[in-house]
Amino acid sequence: MPLLYEVGNRTLPVIIITGTFVGLVLAVQSYDQLHAAGFEQRMGVLLTATLIPELGPVLAGVMLAGRVGGALTAELGTMRVTEQISALTVMGTDPIRQLVVPRFLACMLFAPLLTFSCDIFGSLAGWFVAVVMKDIPSSPYWYYIAYSMETWDIMVGFLKSVVFGAAIGFIACYKGFHCRNGAEGVGRACTESFVISFIVLLVTDFFIGTFFSGLYRALYGLKSLV
Amino acid sequence: MTLNTPTQHDPLVRLVDIHKRFGPLVVLEGVNLSLKAGETTVIIGESGAGKSVILKHIVRLIKPDRGEVHFGGQRIDNMAERELAILRPRFGFLFQLSALFDSMTVGENVAFPIAEHTRRKQSEIEDSVSEKLAMVGLDGLQPKWPSELSGGQKKRVALARAIALDPELILYDEPTTGLDPPRADEINELILKLKTELAVTSVVVTHDMASALKVADRIVMLRKGKLVFDGTPKTIMKTDNPRVLEFVEGRCSDEVLDSLRSKG
Ligand SMILES: Nc1ncnc2c1ncn2[C@@H]1O[C@H](COP(=O)(O)OP(=O)(O)O)[C@@H](O)[C@H]1O
Ligand SMILES: [Mg+2]
Repeated sequence: MPLLYEVGNRTLPVIIITGTFVGLVLAVQSYDQLHAAGFEQRMGVLLTATLIPELGPVLAGVMLAGRVGGALTAELGTMRVTEQISALTVMGTDPIRQLVVPRFLACMLFAPLLTFSCDIFGSLAGWFVAVVMKDIPSSPYWYYIAYSMETWDIMVGFLKSVVFGAAIGFIACYKGFHCRNGAEGVGRACTESFVISFIVLLVTDFFIGTFFSGLYRALYGLKSLV
Repeated sequence: MTLNTPTQHDPLVRLVDIHKRFGPLVVLEGVNLSLKAGETTVIIGESGAGKSVILKHIVRLIKPDRGEVHFGGQRIDNMAERELAILRPRFGFLFQLSALFDSMTVGENVAFPIAEHTRRKQSEIEDSVSEKLAMVGLDGLQPKWPSELSGGQKKRVALARAIALDPELILYDEPTTGLDPPRADEINELILKLKTELAVTSVVVTHDMASALKVADRIVMLRKGKLVFDGTPKTIMKTDNPRVLEFVEGRCSDEVLDSLRSKG
């Protein structure tokens, strides 16, 4: 499907670069502290604990909102002001089913995929810093990651990414679909689409995070990472 | 049941006391208009008068605040979209900006309504597409993209798409606006040709008087939310209504003229 290809093409390379460099930066900056405390073999844990439930979904969400949300709003907004959406209605085709549903679903599908890519490339970047640059043996790096990683974190990260994808898809399509007339109407809709998506993303991240860490504590008590 | 069965004398479209406002902006204030089958009605009026809004009521892109819209003997302004979908192929709409889908080629644009509403095979659809494009003089342009077409070609492709399902009613929203005079006249000729060859009922919204006089069986003028003139190309030339005359002759009103002179 051209839509999926388009979305993937716009986002995957960027999220891979983002994930990689965020992983590199986190690893380089945390190394000294970890080394001083004698915990440098557990560097991977710091990365995955940050990336999987938190940074991965948020970075993927920001990327999706910027690269895809804006473009979707512009596309649907242009179709609105050039009366292509009215043309669909007049021809008896539901524009929501024809235009909005596939775009919304594409956002929901791609958010977890981007999150996954961000997590993977971030962890690999951490491995590069630890093993190649700092001579930490490779097997403890992966061992501690496997040891500390929980289905819970993966589920929380996955859930966040799906919610972010849905929110971005909804906001982008809504803003495009209800775009005001004229070229400046489309421009404004795009800006609003990104700004609102970004704020909604951070706010829902806070609430989902708070809810699930509370739930986790109630169910299992505090988990120590070290 | 007998009450709702359309007879030959019933108008194809009937607008009854249509009122429409957008927030504080009052656009239509009691528009009554009946369209006889086979006739071409031209709606003239200043920009922003609400001509497009009238057209959009006829195809239920807009619902009236008050009043009724009837098509083929059925009331459509409060009809469920599902029921209306059955009627939709009976009207074709030529949008002011053509509204071709720019993600589709010319051929796909014209094929779109056919594929949506019929179960025809691909080869049959292609035949219909080339027949409709031939009708507007553009067969062979199927592989082109809308962005590669001139303004006049876009209008004609959009017209081919509008007639793809052989509608009974064609609505033209400013079909000649933005075209050079020869291109505009091609559109006039097409409107006349479709009327004779397909026996369609047409409504043309325009402020191009040459076009109005050429294609109209009947001309109505919209002003301040109401229809202020209803006649033929002959009678409009003899009107003594100063507002209609200003429009027909393309002059600005005496008040405006005075105010321009006094400031100059
Ligand atoms: N969907 C809408 N929402 C708000 N205002 C509208 C809408 N459609 C039309 N209008 C306003 O109604 C007035 C009449 O519009 P229109 O019918 O397009 O004029 P015209 O006679 O030039 O075709 C304009 O002032 C326009 O801004
Ligand atoms: Mg108009």
